[in-house]
Amino acid sequence: MDAAVVIEKLSKSFGSTRALDGLDLEVKVGEVHGLLGPNGAGKTTTLRVLLGLLRADSGVVRLLGGDPWRDVGRLHRRLAYVPGEVTLWPNLTGGEVIDLLGRLRGGLDKKRRADLLERFELDPTKKARAYSKGNRQKVALVAALSSDVELLLLDEPTAGLDPLKDEVFRECIVELREQGRTALLSSHILSEVEALADRVTIIRDGRTVEVGSLAEMRHLARVTISADLAGAPDGLTTMPGVHNLRVDGNHVDFMVDPDSLDQVLITLTSVGVTSLTSQPPTLEELFLRHYGDERSTAHAEQAVTP
Amino acid sequence: MSSLVGTAALVRLALRRDRIILAVFIVILVVMVAASASATVKLYPDNASRVKTAAAINSATSTLALYGPIHDVTSIGALATFKVGMMGAVAVALLALFVVVRHTRSEEETGRLELLGATVVGRRAPLTAALLVAGGASIVAGVGTALGLIAVGMPVAGSVLMGLGYACLGIAFAAVAGVTAQLSRSARTAAGLAGVVLGASYLMRAIGDASAGNGLGWASWLSPVGWWQQTRPFAGDRWWVLALLLGVAVAVSALAYVLATRRDFAAGLLPDRPGPATAAASLRSPLALAWRLKRGALLAWAAAFVVVGLVVGGLTSSVSSFLTSPQAKDIFTMLGGEQSIRDAFLAVELGMAGVIASVYGVQAAMRLRSQETALHAEPVLATAVGRVKWAWSHLTIALAGSALLLVVVGVSAGLVSAVQVGDIGQFGRILVAALVQIPAVWLIIGIVAAAFGLVPRLIVLGWVALAGFVLLGEFGALFNLSQVIMDISPFAHVPRMPGGDFSVAPMLWLTAIAAGLIVIGLAGFRRRDVG
Repeated sequence: MDAAVVIEKLSKSFGSTRALDGLDLEVKVGEVHGLLGPNGAGKTTTLRVLLGLLRADSGVVRLLGGDPWRDVGRLHRRLAYVPGEVTLWPNLTGGEVIDLLGRLRGGLDKKRRADLLERFELDPTKKARAYSKGNRQKVALVAALSSDVELLLLDEPTAGLDPLKDEVFRECIVELREQGRTALLSSHILSEVEALADRVTIIRDGRTVEVGSLAEMRHLARVTISADLAGAPDGLTTMPGVHNLRVDGNHVDFMVDPDSLDQVLITLTSVGVTSLTSQPPTLEELFLRHYGDERSTAHAEQAVTP
Repeated sequence: MSSLVGTAALVRLALRRDRIILAVFIVILVVMVAASASATVKLYPDNASRVKTAAAINSATSTLALYGPIHDVTSIGALATFKVGMMGAVAVALLALFVVVRHTRSEEETGRLELLGATVVGRRAPLTAALLVAGGASIVAGVGTALGLIAVGMPVAGSVLMGLGYACLGIAFAAVAGVTAQLSRSARTAAGLAGVVLGASYLMRAIGDASAGNGLGWASWLSPVGWWQQTRPFAGDRWWVLALLLGVAVAVSALAYVLATRRDFAAGLLPDRPGPATAAASLRSPLALAWRLKRGALLAWAAAFVVVGLVVGGLTSSVSSFLTSPQAKDIFTMLGGEQSIRDAFLAVELGMAGVIASVYGVQAAMRLRSQETALHAEPVLATAVGRVKWAWSHLTIALAGSALLLVVVGVSAGLVSAVQVGDIGQFGRILVAALVQIPAVWLIIGIVAAAFGLVPRLIVLGWVALAGFVLLGEFGALFNLSQVIMDISPFAHVPRMPGGDFSVAPMLWLTAIAAGLIVIGLAGFRRRDVG
C-alpha cells in the first residue's frame, strides 16, 4: 500500500448545496500533503468524510486501506485529527482533554505530551473555558501530536497561533515526516503549505483543480521576467505566450508561459539584453491563477457593461 | 444613560429570534386556560354540584399540594381555574426565566454577546433588553389570559386579576433569572438555579397549602408562587398581593444590575480555579466523559428529589386534618377511609415525580444533540470511539439518572412516611410506587433518542411529547377525549400505586417500546451525517 488516502470523484451535497463535486485526492504514505483552497472550497467537508462523520453521496474513498464510513474503530486508532474549529468542554482542563482524547484513541506518549506542552507553552491546568482561541488550538495540537499514529488530519491547524508557536508547529510536522508518518494539511495559508508540503492539491468549489509537487506546479505556471533591452522590444507584443506586457522605453515587464520561454528569450537576445531578472511563480500566483479567474471574469464583464 | 444605549436594538433582535416560539407558547397557554375553564364550567351545571366538587378538592391533600385550595367554594371562576390556573402560572414563570437566560448568559457563553458588545451597546443594555422581553412576554400572556377568560364567560374582575397575576409572576421570575445569569458562567447552570428557585417556591406553597390545617399555612407566604395563589382570583380578588410580586421583582432586578456591573464580561462571580494537569485514570471512555459533564447536575437534581420526597412523605400524615366539613367527611368515607386517601395522595404526587424525572431524562438525552451542534462530538468521534458507543454514553446517564431520581424520591418519601404513619410496610409500598414510573420515563427518553437519530433538527420533539403527555393526563378527561387518545401517554399506563393493583405487563411493554425507540435512534444515528 503506497497511498494513505485515495479519493476519487467524491461528491457530497447538503440539501441543494453541493459541497463536493467530483473531488479527487491522493495522499501518499510518508508525505505531507497540502490541501489548499479558499473558504468554502470543501476542505473541512473532505476531512469529515475521511473521518466517517459525513457519508459520501458518490465516489470512492479509501483511508489507510479501509472504508472510513465502516471501519471507524480500526482506522481511527491509526490517525489523529485537529478540527478546524476547536471547541472544548468548558469545565474540563486542557490536560484532561489531551489525556481523554489520547486514551479514546488508544493511548498517548507521555514523554512527548510533556515535551509538547513545554514547546507550545501551554498551561494544562486551566479550564477550557478560560483558554484563548490560540490556546484551544494548542490543546488540540498537543492531543493529536502526542499520539503515535500513522496519519494526521489537520484542518487549518495553525489558526490563532502566534508566529513563534507557528514555528513550533512546523518543526513538529518536519519531525513527524522524518519519522515516516503521513499528514494531510488543509490550509489557506500559502507560506505554511509551501514550507511543509511535499505535494499539494488545490481545490475550488468542491473540485480538484490542480495536483502535484510545488516544483511541478511552478513548472506549469508563468515566469515573471523583467529586462532592460538594447533596443525597442518590437517582436514581443505579438508573440504567443506573453502576458501582462508593460513596455517603458527599452524596459519590459511581462509574464511568459513555460513552453514559450525559449522562444521569448531568443527574441530578447536578438534585440540585446543589458539586464534581466526572472522570478519563478510564487504559490500566491498559482493560487490566484485558479481562484482569481472568477473575479477577473466578473471584472471584465463589468467593464464591458455600459 | 449611556449604559443603556442599544437596548432597543437588542430587544428587536431578541424578538426577531424568538417571535415564533413566544407566539406559539403564549397562544397555547391562553387557549389551554380559557378552554379548560370553559370545559370545567360545563361539567358542573348547578351550584350544588360545584360546591360539592370544590369541597372535595379542598379536602384532598394531593390537589391542595399540586394546585392549592379553592378559596371560595361557591365561586364558579375559582373552580374553573383551580388546576389550569396554577399550571399556567408555573408555565409563565418558566417562560420568563428561560427568555432571560437565553438572551443574557447564553449569549455571553457562546461569545455572541462579545460581537454585539463591541458595537454601540451599553453595559446594562443586554440585561435590560432581556428583562424587557421576558416582562413583555409575561404581560402579553397575562393580557391574553384575561381576555380569554372573559371571552368564555368568566367574571371580569377575577379574569383581569388572574392575568395580572401571571404578568407579575413572570416579571418576578425574569428578575430571578437576571440574578442567576450573573452568578454562573454557564447558561445551563444559570437556568438551573432559577429553576431551583421556582421549584422551591412551588414546594413552599405546596407545604403551606397542604398543611394549613397543621398550622403551616404561613409557608405559602414565603413563596412568590404562593403570593400568586393568594391573589385569590374569583374568590375574593386580593389585588394588593400583586404589590408583593412587583416589589420583589424590583428588588431582585436591582440586585441583578449590581451584580452585573461588578463582574467582568463572560465571568461568573466566582473565579475559575486551576484544575488537574492530567486526567484522572478513570476518564478514559465516552461514558466517563458523559458522567464527568453531567454529574454535577445529576447530584443537584438528586438533592432536589430528596427534598421533594421528604415533603411528600411528611404530608401523608396531614391527609385527614382537612376533614372539617360534612361534605368532606362523606367523600372521605366514600373513598374508603384514611389509608385509601393517603394512597391516592401519594399516587398523584409520585406520578408528578415521574413527570419531573422525565424532565431530567429529556434534557439529559438532548445533550446528545447539543454536544453534536457544539462540535464536542467531533473530536470524540474522530478517535476510536464508535458512534453507537458515544450516543449510548449520554443515553445511559439519562436512563440511569432518571431511574436514580425516582429511587431517591421513593426512599426519602418512604422513610418519612413510614415514620409518620408508624408502619414500616409503608416504606416498601412507596418505593415500589416510585419505581413503577421508570418505564414511562424511559419511553420518553426513547422518543428523544429516536428524534436524535432520525430527525436531529427536530430534537425538540422530546419536549413536545412530554408536554403533550402531561396535558393529556391533566386535561384529557376534562375535554372528553376518548380513552384511545389518552392512552397515547405512557403515564396513562403506569399502575396507580400505592393502593392500586400492580401489574407487570405495562411495565414490560413500556420498557420494550423504550428499547425499540432507542435502537431506532441509534441505528438512525449510525446512518446519518454528524454535524
